[in-house]
Amino acid sequence: MHEKDTSPDPELLGRGAPPLINGELLFDEPWQSRVFGMARLLSENGAFEWDEFRASLIARIDDWERRNPTAEYQYYPLFLAALTDTLETKGIVDSAQLQAIQQIYSERPAGHDH
Amino acid sequence: MTDKTDGTGDSHHGHAHHHESSPQAIRAEALESLLIERGLLKASDVDHVIVQYEERVGPMNGAKVVARAWKDPAFKTRLLNDGTKAIQDFKFEGGQTEKLVVVANESNIHNVVVCTLCSCYPWAVLGLPPKWYKDPAYRSRIVREPRKVLAEMGLALPSDTEIKVWDSSAEVRYMVLPEQPAGTENMTESELANRVSRDAMIGVAHA
Repeated sequence: MHEKDTSPDPELLGRGAPPLINGELLFDEPWQSRVFGMARLLSENGAFEWDEFRASLIARIDDWERRNPTAEYQYYPLFLAALTDTLETKGIVDSAQLQAIQQIYSERPAGHDH
Repeated sequence: MTDKTDGTGDSHHGHAHHHESSPQAIRAEALESLLIERGLLKASDVDHVIVQYEERVGPMNGAKVVARAWKDPAFKTRLLNDGTKAIQDFKFEGGQTEKLVVVANESNIHNVVVCTLCSCYPWAVLGLPPKWYKDPAYRSRIVREPRKVLAEMGLALPSDTEIKVWDSSAEVRYMVLPEQPAGTENMTESELANRVSRDAMIGVAHA
């Protein structure tokens, strides 16, 4: 269809690869595309190597599958957890600080949708 | 302006466990604001990366639908009558369980799509929504002063063009069928598809 190369990035294939449908990234919710975009950007900017992130993600998936042997995991919740794991390991993000911001945001009045 | 019938909160997206205000969505937002504050990224850069991947990873389904409607009047009729059914021709997989309504621009009618309640979006045909789509300013102002907002976004419409604002919901997702640009009549369907931008299908730009 498009003249340009539409083959997926090799980094996005294999174990820990994001869900693709018909060759396109599949996001169920906007926040999922945001965390995907953040992770790619941080990796492109050198905050971490994609392989380091992927290792965190695979660890999260393995752990989830151990605890839920018969269920199928949801990709982006684990992706988000792996991203914060990676950023914490790198000393970029402090989990207590993140938790504090999350707490403030979650206490916004009902119906608030930033 | 269409009636907004949806007010069911958590089922707004048809995924009760995936609502915008889910703990994960809030955590993702918190993380982004923390990283922005630390100077590690900018929201606009994240937008840019998402668009880049969207284009790199695959073509937009919606552009194919628009191109076919331009080439094939019978398809266009079917598309406008029943968007959900018409796009089954393309065998797009997954994602779209909601009803798809396609609204056509005409010489004196311009359509634009919003989700005033949160950020419902026709994922299956348009891929990823831009960040501004969920911006409260866009969501509220496009209803109140669509002509002004569109002009600010670079789309100045003649004063006699009627602007229709379509409010997406859990049940119905809208996509705009832009007018085919003059001079493109001899293009093939795939050449046309390459010209159709996401913004044109939301209704904030011309094709």
